[in-house]
Amino acid sequence: MVTLTINGLKVRVEEGMTILEAARFVGFPIPTLCHNDGLSPYGACRLCVVEIGQEPKSKLVSSCTYPVEEGLTVRTASQRVLKARGMIIELLLASCPQSKTIQDLASAHGVHQQRFKQEYEDCILCGLCVRTCSEQMMAHAIGFRGRGENRSIGTPFDISSDVCRLCGGCMYICPACQLRCTYNQPQHAICNACANLRPPCIEKEGYNNLMCYMEPCVACEIK
Amino acid sequence: MSPEYIKEIVSNHKGELGALISILEDIQDRYHYLPEEALRIVAGETGRSLVDIYGVATFYKAFSLKPRGKHHISVCMGTACHVRSAPGIVDEFTLQLGLRPGETTQDGEFTLETVNCLGTCALGPIVLADGHYFSNVKRQDVKKILPKIKSGFVEEPGDREDRLFPVEVYCPHCNHSLMDEQNPIEDYPAISLGYSFNEMRGWVRMSSLYGSHCLESEHPIAADTTVKLFCPQCHAELVGKTACFDCGSPMVKLGFLGGGSLLMCTLWGCNNSEISLNGHHRRDEHTGESREHILG
Repeated sequence: MVTLTINGLKVRVEEGMTILEAARFVGFPIPTLCHNDGLSPYGACRLCVVEIGQEPKSKLVSSCTYPVEEGLTVRTASQRVLKARGMIIELLLASCPQSKTIQDLASAHGVHQQRFKQEYEDCILCGLCVRTCSEQMMAHAIGFRGRGENRSIGTPFDISSDVCRLCGGCMYICPACQLRCTYNQPQHAICNACANLRPPCIEKEGYNNLMCYMEPCVACEIK
Repeated sequence: MSPEYIKEIVSNHKGELGALISILEDIQDRYHYLPEEALRIVAGETGRSLVDIYGVATFYKAFSLKPRGKHHISVCMGTACHVRSAPGIVDEFTLQLGLRPGETTQDGEFTLETVNCLGTCALGPIVLADGHYFSNVKRQDVKKILPKIKSGFVEEPGDREDRLFPVEVYCPHCNHSLMDEQNPIEDYPAISLGYSFNEMRGWVRMSSLYGSHCLESEHPIAADTTVKLFCPQCHAELVGKTACFDCGSPMVKLGFLGGGSLLMCTLWGCNNSEISLNGHHRRDEHTGESREHILG
């Protein structure tokens, strides 16, 4: 057992857990995007960032990959963490504004602005599909290719893989290749309609004519 | 592409941890790029998924999945080289070879590429061709570099190891120089001597590079024959007082220009020689460490 302090609370958790697991175990929420309980931690999205250590020397680490240590001090929602998390969401929004998952994260974390150029990428390189394919589907059909700007996910040589069974697990888990609710402003950077703008889209004029088939978003749930 | 060769490469690296990059390097050495079929064979042989291997092959810029030419030219376009007109050098290569960076000539001879830094900025602009670096390249140098690359960097004369240096010797009897400038060996005047053994007489010319044992003689001489050496000018027999450290045969003494003497073993194939300056011996470095002792 390891004793550590999370947000001022002394907790005892099992050795080998990550900070994320420990924080969730005692009930502190940490938002995640590239984390999935059934998959190995990857630390790509950095959304689960937390602050560890004492003040002037504290540092930000991704909690999903950081194992708990004896005497560790963790703050999951300090000013510094919230600021960093907001920026990460804003950057994710810039690269993939059409994703409902990311738009919901923006709504939930009070991101009201989007200062970057929208790229409309169809991938945020979170690696969820790659890990699903290899760890859950045991197929190893897709993987990362290239690096830097040219990094992408796909099959070798861009031809249909002979180990792929077309199970669709990669599409099921992908946070980026989905549609978001756009109301009637598809080019708007932040859907905003829900939690951040008044009134939310469901109260807007003509909502019933849109025939929205999406899962309820943050605003729908608030209402 | 032969599957056997790829399999052989993989088996050469069997059991090594993290051998994938070495395997890919070996394949690229042979074919100048990574053929798709080769990657599939590597995946099958190593038991790793093709995705992983493809990921490594595309991650490193040193690997290419497109066929590349026999000779690979990289022009550095890093900041330091760029400000010293590296773009002009790229233009000149483009002009001379008729291809843009990233392309390969039709005959499959050259591939031109630009790289972002080769790590030797002080020597810029740099051109790296088949592992050879050209520093301080100017636009007009490109024409000279290309034939060198094409000829596969045949070693030019004079490009030898430092420990080989030319000596000049003279006959201790008549003081005539023994150097033969008409018949150079290894681009330096040869040491010309007469010899006799088993009632055979002839001439021998040896390389004057100290430590090099290159020579030509009139007759083939079997190794382990003790020969007598003569001055070609005064025909006096060259003799010495000392015996060879290695084989015990008598050593001949030649005058060494600049003072001192050069001692040479007379046993054919022994190749032992010493330079004695002011009584101190400097042994030929191939036979052992230098020893110092006073000549008797």
